[in-house]
Amino acid sequence: MTRLLVLIMGAMATVIFALVILVVLPKSMLSTLQAPPGLEAPTAQQLAGRQLYISNGCVYCHTQQVRDPSFTADIRKGLGNRPSVPEDYIHDNPHLLGTMRTGPDLFNVGSRLPDRNWQLLHLYQPRALVPWSIMPAFPFLFRHKAEAEPGDEVLDVPQPYAPAEGVIVVTEEAEALVAYLLSLKHDYPAPANSIPENDNAEEAQP
Amino acid sequence: MIEQVASPRTQQDSTLDHSKLRISAEEVSAYDLSGRQPVLLGFFISIVWLLIGTVMGDISSFKFDRPDFLSEQAYLTFGRIRPAHLNAMVYGWASTAMFSVSLWLMPRLCRTQLRWAGAAVAGILIWTLGLVIGLVLLLAGYSDGLEWLELDRVWADPLLVVGASLVGASIWKTLSVRNVHHLYVSVWYVAASYPWFAIIFIAGNLPIFQGVESAAVNWFYAHNALGLWLTTVNLGLIYYLLPKIIGRPIYSYWLSLIGFWGLALFYALNGMHHLIGGPLPSWMIATSITASIMMVIPVVAVGINHHMTVVGRFGAMRYSPALTLAVIAAMSYTAVSLQGILTALVSVNRITHFTHWTIAHSHLGLYMFVTLSLFGGMYYILPRVLKKEWPSTRLIRMHILLTGGGMVLYVVVLGIGGVLQGLSLLAPGQGFEASVASTRPWLLLRSVAAVIISAGHLIFAYHVYLMAFTQHGSARRHPPFFEIKPVLVRKKAP
Repeated sequence: MTRLLVLIMGAMATVIFALVILVVLPKSMLSTLQAPPGLEAPTAQQLAGRQLYISNGCVYCHTQQVRDPSFTADIRKGLGNRPSVPEDYIHDNPHLLGTMRTGPDLFNVGSRLPDRNWQLLHLYQPRALVPWSIMPAFPFLFRHKAEAEPGDEVLDVPQPYAPAEGVIVVTEEAEALVAYLLSLKHDYPAPANSIPENDNAEEAQP
Repeated sequence: MIEQVASPRTQQDSTLDHSKLRISAEEVSAYDLSGRQPVLLGFFISIVWLLIGTVMGDISSFKFDRPDFLSEQAYLTFGRIRPAHLNAMVYGWASTAMFSVSLWLMPRLCRTQLRWAGAAVAGILIWTLGLVIGLVLLLAGYSDGLEWLELDRVWADPLLVVGASLVGASIWKTLSVRNVHHLYVSVWYVAASYPWFAIIFIAGNLPIFQGVESAAVNWFYAHNALGLWLTTVNLGLIYYLLPKIIGRPIYSYWLSLIGFWGLALFYALNGMHHLIGGPLPSWMIATSITASIMMVIPVVAVGINHHMTVVGRFGAMRYSPALTLAVIAAMSYTAVSLQGILTALVSVNRITHFTHWTIAHSHLGLYMFVTLSLFGGMYYILPRVLKKEWPSTRLIRMHILLTGGGMVLYVVVLGIGGVLQGLSLLAPGQGFEASVASTRPWLLLRSVAAVIISAGHLIFAYHVYLMAFTQHGSARRHPPFFEIKPVLVRKKAP
């Protein structure tokens, strides 16, 4: 090549073409989606919990998507009763679909593990409940006090993970994160007019 | 002393008078001098980031084997250290070193002095400032929540855009006053990378996307950061180093054209293959799978071009660490691209998706290709800019062996672990515990590999320090490697 104009115009054309196909077009197609009746808008506490989920990088080990049964064992493994659809994510900003299953999928963790105390202790020390877990502990979401004050919720930590002295008190942060996790329930039926992924495996097969 | 610049000619035909391409060492030296400040600044900052990113990568890896390692403090938790590692490596190490590579290549290839060198220096400093702010915020818990786009979009991202644009302005200004008629292939890649990066980075960070749209733009960016930024500048570097060091032109001009335009057209559409099976319209996924498969065209074109340029001259690798690393990087580019195409196939993807295979793949790309190519560039460029020779061939050998060997171990064990994990995730009868148990030995070996690689990085940083800041790298009268003696094998006794 000898012309700068060809280089710059060509380079711009290819990237803008891709931008239109993969960003602008989906944006215009998906912006008309309606929230399904079963999906509730998050509360302020759940949003605060979601923010903690983001800032502590839970997304690097946990996905939030259930894939088609023709393609994966997601549903047979109890991750949900149907594949996830775009409408399920209508309140999500940013998306937390995730790319790794170092830990299990959390799309329906609120239905699967609805026990609040279990969730709190699991965040404080996962191995107190799941010995083989490689999830990091999040002790900084709790407060270690010499003794409980009025109004404090004390976490019942089993040995050997309990502190030598004092008590572990649940913070607002831990409560918010658990509230968010428990809100992750997508067991309502998928909207009928959705753009389903049901045929993805066949269609996408090259 | 006559030094031949990498010529735009093909092996078959040439419309240029060969004698006109010969220029004096003094002239080349003047080009190198014109970019001395930003080039050295960028390289030194990038090495600091390399060390910081290495430490964060090691900590992240150790946390898989010892989940309670350093878990007391929020800023040391896995979910913050891991993205900090990625950002430090992509934007700190690789991108800053790529600024220097571009700023050094452009004057030589345009046969003119670097223009707006001050803007380039300011650009590198502003970029670094933005990255420092972004990483501190990230460790403090302020993340945009999108992989590869974690850096704060209010405080950090604008500085990164301004920084890269200033460096890009210097590149394009230099290009606009060029003294050659023909644009060499490295120029296409390097010059196009800057507007590409600005467009994808700004698009990726616009706060207007909700739900699955945000997933689409996330992976549009994350994949193109690799394809239209990290890959392109490094392919430009390899296209320069191979013919230059070996002393013969690139195998085929037409293949380099196909490689460049094929990459620009297809790579940009690849991103959605990270969302196969996800809740996105199937036509988007199908588009990306198709584009991923089409990538075989530019990849094979570039592969043939690189390998046929070197073929028959592999012996020259003994004399030049830059050539050795450029050849390994070029081979890794072919390997990682073919692996990427394979991974985009639905039948393979259902096993490897969501597993450590992806991490092995990204390290094959970002390390074996990008990082080794940048190391090669540094081995070639630093002596020419500093006017000193590398003090120790032994340190060079150790660096290449540790980083190359460590990374081969890393990619192999993590690839195996990823496949086992994927098979376990697909087996309906197995609980989640099985997938964790199947990866643990491989994750431990990954940490071993990480330590080996880290040792290589320390040796490299120490070697650069020896050359740049001590008398060990003594000023020399001849160009580097002027005396042809083996660098990568021990000298035999006479």
